[in-house]
Amino acid sequence: MTSTLLQVESLNVRFATPEGEVAAVSDLSFTLAAGESLGMVGESGSGKSQTAFALMGLLAKNGRASGAVRYCGVNLLSLTEAQLNERRGAEIAMIYQDPMTSLNPYLKVGDQLTEVLRFHKGLDRKAAFAESVRLLDAVKIAESTKRMGMYPHELSGGMRQRVVIAMALLCRPKLLIADEPTTALDVTVQAQILKLLADLRRDFQTAIIMITHDLGVVAGVCDKVLVMYAGRVMEQALVDDLFGSPSHPYTKGLLHAVPQMHHQHGADRLATIPGNPPNLLALPPGCPFAPRCVERFEACLKPAPLQTFDGARQRACHRSVAEIAKAGASEVIA
Amino acid sequence: MLKFIFRRVFLEALPTLLVLITVTFFLIRLAPGGPFSSEANVPPEVMAAIAAKYRLDQPVWQQYLGYLADLARGDFGPSFKYKDFSVNDLVYAAAPVSFRLGIMAFIVAMLIGISAGITAALKQNTWVDYAVMGVSMVGVVLPNFVLAPVLALVFAIWLKWLPAGGWEGGALAYVVLPVAVLCKHYISVIARITRGSMIEVLSSPFIRTARAKGLPMGYILRRHAMKPALLPVISYLGPAFVGIITGSVVVETFFGIPGIGQLFVNGALNRDYPMVLGLTILVGALTIFFNAVVDILYGFIDPRIRIH
Repeated sequence: MTSTLLQVESLNVRFATPEGEVAAVSDLSFTLAAGESLGMVGESGSGKSQTAFALMGLLAKNGRASGAVRYCGVNLLSLTEAQLNERRGAEIAMIYQDPMTSLNPYLKVGDQLTEVLRFHKGLDRKAAFAESVRLLDAVKIAESTKRMGMYPHELSGGMRQRVVIAMALLCRPKLLIADEPTTALDVTVQAQILKLLADLRRDFQTAIIMITHDLGVVAGVCDKVLVMYAGRVMEQALVDDLFGSPSHPYTKGLLHAVPQMHHQHGADRLATIPGNPPNLLALPPGCPFAPRCVERFEACLKPAPLQTFDGARQRACHRSVAEIAKAGASEVIA
Repeated sequence: MLKFIFRRVFLEALPTLLVLITVTFFLIRLAPGGPFSSEANVPPEVMAAIAAKYRLDQPVWQQYLGYLADLARGDFGPSFKYKDFSVNDLVYAAAPVSFRLGIMAFIVAMLIGISAGITAALKQNTWVDYAVMGVSMVGVVLPNFVLAPVLALVFAIWLKWLPAGGWEGGALAYVVLPVAVLCKHYISVIARITRGSMIEVLSSPFIRTARAKGLPMGYILRRHAMKPALLPVISYLGPAFVGIITGSVVVETFFGIPGIGQLFVNGALNRDYPMVLGLTILVGALTIFFNAVVDILYGFIDPRIRIH
């Protein structure tokens, strides 16, 4: 796990809107080795999905990405559409959060699968069909040959998501971006899909970027985690470190907001982080989380730069690690 | 499919037509005047003979039942205006003219409208888009009775390239101007519908999926976006097709084309009851038929509403 597959350097994503410029992602940097799995967590609007779209070159028309996204040394942001198309779907693939709308309802499942192989691998109809069936089998779809001739609406939600995953894996990508792949599914199917992703990672050495707001998913499948807020990195750490000793008040709040089965006090209420994510059109001048943070003090009105500590960990907070560690979780939610 | 056709014909088409016939039959008799009120100085006994010949001496409900009985035999009755001609004869002669003109205008409208709409959608918010939308807005607003004389003035009178009117069995030179005027409105509407639905489809998640698969844009457009983008266009085309082939009153009158549109105008002005009724039934039946065609086409395109 030493070779760097993906290196993102100060990625910025901006959208021009009639109300002004929206900073969806600010100064995001991370690296990903082959076969490694990175979790990206944060509330809605924290820039997770826009990061994914920026990596894929699929930003909306009014969006612009700057910085560098080096994939195997090549900056994806500087490629033409045709050069990008050589990689998209072949080496870099994506799974979307909504399996109900991400498949084309007017085309048979088989056609949507085989076209990938025919474009990227130049396979003929027969070979592409056989390979697609093999992938459907790999994602545990029963009666895979029959499913090839079906339309998406004839499949259940879980099965559609498996089709989407099979579609992403057809060319054995080196990098898989999964944007909340399990949010639209019920819990038992969720578990199956996550198991499937873990298996595929093991079998094909695929690096995964798992975008989610479910910390349970992160704990289950990721090596390291990026905690994002308002388009910025709040904390970056290995999964065990993050769950064991969160070093940012936002991370603590997120962890505390995970419902616990054995909760004693106030079991009738779910813990939350008070307030809402900031308006990206008008970010506060200092730490974007400060207005909602119970640990805030005067320094928080100034930007908190991302600092490395403990070797590979990163955090953006004016409080010291020790101060955060001492603060009780109950104080965080206040 | 057989069940679908059965349901469409017996439960929907025939009752709808019956209502249409009934309403038209009584409405046209409510209009002041009668078919022969403009004949000068006709002796009362002749008038009575004419009335008897056309069943006009009977109570209205008897006329109605008699008409329905004739219809059931496929007889649309005699024309009150064109003596010695039946409505069937006149419509048989005029319909091919209007159909021919209409089908040509329809094909031109589809080709130009759909391509202009797609182009505008792909170049959304550029000068191309604004130009297409601007021109099509003019197309919707500009009345045929303005466009027809202007085109005739320019191409027939000034440039002398084309005849200003006439039909001559549908020779190409005589068709160009009427087709141009007739398709103008439809081009505009089709272009606007196509643009709107194409923009919507292109921003849908499954198109993003297709792009994420690394497929070239041209292929995505043909294979993934075309079908769903054309669905709203098709539901417009059904009724539009009927409208365009059953003749435009203005276009046929202006260019002197012996089609259904002229029959309609003359029929209404002359209180030619059987003619108006016959044409109403024709347009109604065609409308019902092409709406059914659209429904079947929808099933072919959208697998979710396929008819079983």
